[in-house]
Amino acid sequence: MVISRRATLSARVVVLIYLGLLLLLPLGVVFERTFAHGLAAAWGWITTPAAISAFWLSVIIAAIAVPLNTIFGVGCALVLVRSRARGRKVLDALIDLPFAVSPVIVGLALLLVYGQTGWFGTWFAHQGIRIIYAPTGMVLATIFVSLPFVVREVAPVLMEIGDEQEQAAATLGASGWQTFWRVTLPSIRWGVAYGVVLTTARALGEIGAVLVVSSNVAGSTLTLPLLVYQRDSQIGAGEISGAYAAATELAVMSLIVLLAMTVLGPRRNETK
Amino acid sequence: MRIDAQAIAKRFGDFTALEDVTLEVPEGSLTALLGPSGSGKSTLLRIIAGLEAPDSGAVLIDGTDVTAARPQERGIGFVFQHYAAFAHMTVRENIAFGLRIRKRPKDVVTARVDELLELVGLMTWAGQRPGQLSGGQRQRMALARALAVEPRVLLLDEPFGALDANVRAELRRWLRRLHDEQGVTTVLVTHDQEEAMEVADRIAVMHEGRIEQVGNPREVYDHPASDFVMGFLGPVSRLGHSLVRPHDVTLTHSPEGEVIEAMVARIVHLGFEVRIELELPDGSTAGAQLTRAQAEALELATGDIVYARPPAGVPIEPSLEGAPGGPPTSAARAADLAAIDAAES
Repeated sequence: MVISRRATLSARVVVLIYLGLLLLLPLGVVFERTFAHGLAAAWGWITTPAAISAFWLSVIIAAIAVPLNTIFGVGCALVLVRSRARGRKVLDALIDLPFAVSPVIVGLALLLVYGQTGWFGTWFAHQGIRIIYAPTGMVLATIFVSLPFVVREVAPVLMEIGDEQEQAAATLGASGWQTFWRVTLPSIRWGVAYGVVLTTARALGEIGAVLVVSSNVAGSTLTLPLLVYQRDSQIGAGEISGAYAAATELAVMSLIVLLAMTVLGPRRNETK
Repeated sequence: MRIDAQAIAKRFGDFTALEDVTLEVPEGSLTALLGPSGSGKSTLLRIIAGLEAPDSGAVLIDGTDVTAARPQERGIGFVFQHYAAFAHMTVRENIAFGLRIRKRPKDVVTARVDELLELVGLMTWAGQRPGQLSGGQRQRMALARALAVEPRVLLLDEPFGALDANVRAELRRWLRRLHDEQGVTTVLVTHDQEEAMEVADRIAVMHEGRIEQVGNPREVYDHPASDFVMGFLGPVSRLGHSLVRPHDVTLTHSPEGEVIEAMVARIVHLGFEVRIELELPDGSTAGAQLTRAQAEALELATGDIVYARPPAGVPIEPSLEGAPGGPPTSAARAADLAAIDAAES
């Protein structure tokens, strides 16, 4: 296809305006507002006890959800690509459920199952374990919404490398575990790494599902996105500034993740 | 070590890959499983290796039933068509893999790997990744890797199939020398009859999930057990009701003895030999291969009428028993074509 210079140029302009209006301008405004009252004020907003607690809760939830989803994701990808089990197609469709279903529904579903009057919730309540309106429920919600990333990154790489290397390892005497650690995992490591980064990004940024199962109490069940949301919805200029500051903090964390994605992205289909 | 495959059957869904296959691989031999794609030769090899499980039948290595044993426990070396090199390891690490899995002492591993690097001529490449090697080098590395653990049997699945013709020829000769030196019982899967004839001391010709014939290269070439074997092992011409090798066809100017009349359709000069394409009275075509001297003595020209005589003992008219060759049924013709296609691919 031959594209004229003018067409290329106008396409570029359209794309830039689109990205500018939807992405850069709003983000820029948030940054601008954050530092409107000076660096010290912004720093003050993100170092309040509520903000520090929200930061750590976000990090802890990600620190639990990401490793679990990584282990599950790699295992699941192996089942999908390598096994000839019958339920494979069903599993394949189920994996995408968190992508298809709105996060709010995820939260609501967890509420129904693990809530005080829910199926398992009643039993847990008798044991004195609180899941909904507590960090445990927020971890569950986060795991649910960030579940597909590792599977979806690793499965194509597994497909690409094929199973001959694994068969060769078996003929050379390696057990299943030895083959996994010495042959399979090194071959898919970039895919896994990219999946981990995507999972982290989603875990840090998730709000919908977490909002439903959080009690929204500052200092105990607020994550960073929830803090932004809460400060933003409260009346008063001060709180709004706080929302901007927390949003910027979150954006900076996302930028770090984005940087990791840019570095890992091109390598993720490398099987060498 | 001797390998016995006993009454092996294997189906993949509706497709019958192997049907009651029994094969004995004598100790120290280099046996080729030769056949077109889909003939079941790779499946048989993978069943011997334990990479596939047979539906029925048994595999014995050195007299021990290993049918239920995993590949790890069979003491085999396996070489794949596409090398199956461990891409993230160096050449040295690849070759050392089996020894390290077996937790051999470091100095033993180093010494053995050095020995193998020398054997396959990859010493200068020891620190490189397989991605930096040529196809032939990668396959030599894969062979060294398989040999490192001193397998009881060596199984090669189309090992030279992905290589250039000249590299392939070179590696064949190298493999034969290696086998003569090391003496490991070897099974080689190939669809290339020339490769099988050159490398193997025994050939099992496979067709549609069965073994058609087992014998040394001369036996299967000179005394094929079926039209399929004949067609697969070399060029064939059909004279009347019999299949013959083009170089066994004699052309004369006089109709003496049992001959068939033919018209010279084309004369192809191939350097030291001359191929004559003949048109038979029934409209079919046949080829005859003559030496240059023979062709010059006959002074043939396109359009000449000649008489083609098959080798002694091969009848043109069907005998009462219908053998050898039998009547040219359409099924037999289709099989011939399949064999010829397979030999070319």
